[in-house]
Amino acid sequence: MLTKLRPYWSLIKSLQTGLLLSTGLAGYMSARCPVFNLGTMVGLGLSLFLSISGSTILNMWWDRDIDARMTRTKKRPLASGQIAPNEALRLGLLLSLLGVGLAVAMDALYGLIIFAGIFFDVVIYSMWLKRRTAWGIIWGGISGGMPILAGRVLGFGGFDWIGITLSLGILFWIPTHIMTFSMKYFDDYKAAGIPTFPSTYGFHMTRITIAVSSVFASLAMGFASFGIGMTIGYLRVLLVLSIGLLSLAAVSVFKPTERTNFGLFKYASLYMLSSMILMMV
Amino acid sequence: MKMSVLDRILLLVTGLLAAYQIAFGIDSSSTLPVIAYTISFGVLLVAGLLLIILGFDVLEAPAVVIVSTLIPLGLATGLVWQYVASIRVIYLVFVLIGLVAIIVTRSFPRKGILPIIVLAVVHGVAGMTIFLLPITLAVTGQAKPGFALVGIGGALIGVGGLLLAFLKSGKPILSQKFIFSVLPGLLLSMTLCFVIGFIIG
Repeated sequence: MLTKLRPYWSLIKSLQTGLLLSTGLAGYMSARCPVFNLGTMVGLGLSLFLSISGSTILNMWWDRDIDARMTRTKKRPLASGQIAPNEALRLGLLLSLLGVGLAVAMDALYGLIIFAGIFFDVVIYSMWLKRRTAWGIIWGGISGGMPILAGRVLGFGGFDWIGITLSLGILFWIPTHIMTFSMKYFDDYKAAGIPTFPSTYGFHMTRITIAVSSVFASLAMGFASFGIGMTIGYLRVLLVLSIGLLSLAAVSVFKPTERTNFGLFKYASLYMLSSMILMMV
Repeated sequence: MKMSVLDRILLLVTGLLAAYQIAFGIDSSSTLPVIAYTISFGVLLVAGLLLIILGFDVLEAPAVVIVSTLIPLGLATGLVWQYVASIRVIYLVFVLIGLVAIIVTRSFPRKGILPIIVLAVVHGVAGMTIFLLPITLAVTGQAKPGFALVGIGGALIGVGGLLLAFLKSGKPILSQKFIFSVLPGLLLSMTLCFVIGFIIG
């Protein structure tokens, strides 16, 4: 049973889904803490999990041909033929529909943002732009910012500057995450014919973009956290973590190495997770 | 040298303790000590995370000497500013000059013993301050007895500094393997002493 389920589990990229889920929960709790509504939290968690998992599976379904050409991804269940494409498509659609349906049932605006996140990610980013331009990641970033915006909107009852700033924080964080990855697996992306920032603008310009983007991400997270009313102690921790991110980004510009690049990629994920935890607690 | 799971756990706990101290442990201080302690524990937090991510190889970076100096300098400055008002400004000037001297001598390496002397003097004074001041305050009743733990943390920071110095000298008295095997535990013990010392002191 477990052996049969394992390929399906890897379809949803559990770590990435978990990180995005945590941003949605943080967005909600940033508006509602310390008020804690268990029913809403469960609904929020479930709808986000289903939607994010669904869109991830749909992306995997669409990109199965390029995954098969890349060393890093050729063992993925769809690329390696462990799961039939139609089966994955049906599962992706089902999870997405369930997620959006539950979200709409909870709150129409919340549901609309969740739907927009899936649409931007699957249709605009993966299907339309990913194979055409390196700038497609902007839309990947916008869709990545949707869970935290949706969570905030659900908690606050509408759009506010904090929700927008939080999603901008994610949007600016995405390049740090994706571009360090596309430098690490430069040959893979090149073999698959996917335009990336490193292949289009070179490594140095990519590193500068990452550094600038990290500055904006840190500023956005800082402003939003201040707006939420985060305590001074937590703000200090966030400041320290942000300085760590900016320092690594600066080192990667002035003394670039493979190791620094990998460190920045990992640190960026830890930074985001830590920021979300600080907002939640 | 490959980092073990236990090492990673020890470093994670070190980072969490440092984060706790930044968030909750320094609010009662005035502005300058808060900044100084934030720098010290902030370096510990980020260093712990980077060690977990990149492994012990990160210690080979030339900037480690400069960045690791911030831990004792920040702590010593905070302590002196809080408890020895009569020399706080002189001490702050010494710390700033010392830090600049270390940055200059390490950024533009030159032959001779000047970089070593600068490092030894600045680290030595800061280390002795962290070691002796809390113990003196505890013994003389100016602080609660538990505050002496901060001094013990200061002693451990000195040991850590010595180990790193051995490592960086290229001719370590102790083997690299030994230094790496004790470093995570040492960092945790040191941070634990500081955090508990500040809480109960």
